[in-house]
Amino acid sequence: MKQLVRMFIIILFAAGVLLVLVNRLNTSQGLSGKNTLTVFNWGDYIDEELIREFEEETGIRVIYETFDSNEAMLTKIEQGGTSYDVAVPSEYTIAKMVEEELLIPLDHQQLPNMKHLIPDFMDLSFDPGNHYSIPYFWGTVGIVYNKEMVGGKTFTSWDDLWDKEFRNDILLVDGAREIMGMSLNSLGYSLNTRDETELQEAKHKLNELSPNIKAIVGDEIKMLIGTNEAPIGVVWSGEAAEIMYENDDLDYVVPEEGSNLWFDNMVIPKTADNAEGAHQFINFMLEPEHAAQNAEYVGYSTPNKSGYELLPEDISGDDRFYPDPEITEKLEVYDNLGKEMLARYNELFLEFKIDLR
Amino acid sequence: MSNKSKNLFLIPYVFWIALFVIAPLVLVLFYSFRGLDGNFTLSNYANFFSSTYLQLTVSSFWYAFLITLFAFLISYPTALLLTKTRHKQLWLLLIIVPSWINILLKVYAFLGIFGTYGLANALLEVVGIGSKQILFTDFSFVFVSVYIFIPFMILPIYNSLDKLSPTLVDASRDLGASSWKTFRHVIFPLTIDGVKAGCQLVFIPSLSLFMITRLIAGNQVITLGTAIEQHFLVTQDWGMGATIAVFLIIAMILIMFLTGNRKRGLMNGKKA
Repeated sequence: MKQLVRMFIIILFAAGVLLVLVNRLNTSQGLSGKNTLTVFNWGDYIDEELIREFEEETGIRVIYETFDSNEAMLTKIEQGGTSYDVAVPSEYTIAKMVEEELLIPLDHQQLPNMKHLIPDFMDLSFDPGNHYSIPYFWGTVGIVYNKEMVGGKTFTSWDDLWDKEFRNDILLVDGAREIMGMSLNSLGYSLNTRDETELQEAKHKLNELSPNIKAIVGDEIKMLIGTNEAPIGVVWSGEAAEIMYENDDLDYVVPEEGSNLWFDNMVIPKTADNAEGAHQFINFMLEPEHAAQNAEYVGYSTPNKSGYELLPEDISGDDRFYPDPEITEKLEVYDNLGKEMLARYNELFLEFKIDLR
Repeated sequence: MSNKSKNLFLIPYVFWIALFVIAPLVLVLFYSFRGLDGNFTLSNYANFFSSTYLQLTVSSFWYAFLITLFAFLISYPTALLLTKTRHKQLWLLLIIVPSWINILLKVYAFLGIFGTYGLANALLEVVGIGSKQILFTDFSFVFVSVYIFIPFMILPIYNSLDKLSPTLVDASRDLGASSWKTFRHVIFPLTIDGVKAGCQLVFIPSLSLFMITRLIAGNQVITLGTAIEQHFLVTQDWGMGATIAVFLIIAMILIMFLTGNRKRGLMNGKKA
């Protein structure tokens, strides 16, 4: 027992010494709250050269950390611990974070470059007036397909998926909003509907798709489509861009009936130590040249109008990732339907999955 | 050791049980009576008895049964063989070592093996059967689950077989029983406790498998575990998730009760 107590004291002492040492080291390098900026972003979601440029321009040292899901990011920010100054969650998570008061309101005076953003992408339902968030990248949900494997057939509509030709050929992402939304869109309804008959109809239509569905999977869908495991998939445009980069036979289409419009936005979490630096960083990323450089590197669609105009023709002219206005008009952001409605969507989706076989 | 220090040593255990066993169970029960609006309700239970969840329960039990059955059919002969080999411990180790590898990694490996261009299909092609849809079927689900659970079935069976006194088998043979009769009337009844323990260890986790249902079965198979995961992580309908969990816990208690060993004397055959 005595030994145990002694051991415990030694460990405590060692931890204390280390803490002091770390603190000393940090101050000697000039690392304190004001001089550093902790950015929390998705993996491989920024051109690192821009970080270096930002450091040179402002003298602020950037600590760059990554996450792989909105939920993981949310948990870390809720816990505190690390003082994240800028984070890049998706729109539905932003709505949740606003509700839970995890975000600091943005000072638009410090963000003059906001004027470069496409007005259509501002003031959306998840953050009215952009009080808390600024668009970073955006995208759609659509169909990715292997041109070789589907025998020259081209896709234009969600209804093409229901074609009897594609028995056991389709992979779906395991997301209730995405898949229910797809079915609702194919029927010409809004993907934010609260109408029970429309939802029932959509569920019914999904059941008819069952024989064509090979599997409903998570993130593995990228790997499975990339390795030709199945010729057709319903995915987010960002994932499609990634696998198309590796497999030339793949193509992506945003169906003409409309689809989901999603966003990853920059926010300043409550954990921020350096709100001023965070504003500087957001403004820096909104600079048209920087937005264009970033979009070229990451391969996602930029919401920055002036930045978009700076992109090379082969990127900006790609209507798979920058769809024509007729299609863009039909894209909808997921509204926060509230817990009860969301539960209804999930229940119908679960029922559909149970009846899959 | 004095009584006082004995009680002192009991403290961590009591804390552990209270914090990590009793408190969660109470929480699960508590949440199962909460609706989406956070008020007390019985609607979750009413909802559970709708066709959707009953169907889910039945299919979960069916798949768990299949997994347990196949795991048993493979494990018993293997365990029997193991007790007869010369380097028992080495062979046993070889069976246990794979269970140290993270399940997720093993499951991902099967994605590659069972895929359209994977090893299994290449083999079928060579044999002349031609490539088949293996991944995302109930066959692949049961196969991978059995593979993962086999060590948990083999170990208890092996232990009870190893403890079985060889003199009993010799006596049975001396008295003229055939080897089948010896197995049926001596070996198997004396190792039934190991079998029961193995079935518990396989059947109960099988009911709540959720990762394999998505990765290997592509959601073509859905278990109670999948539904719980969905409700907690996606729907945020903790009430419904907790209600399903309550039924899962009841099912587990029932199974423990049914397979519990009430006749303890049998294990100590030597003394009897």
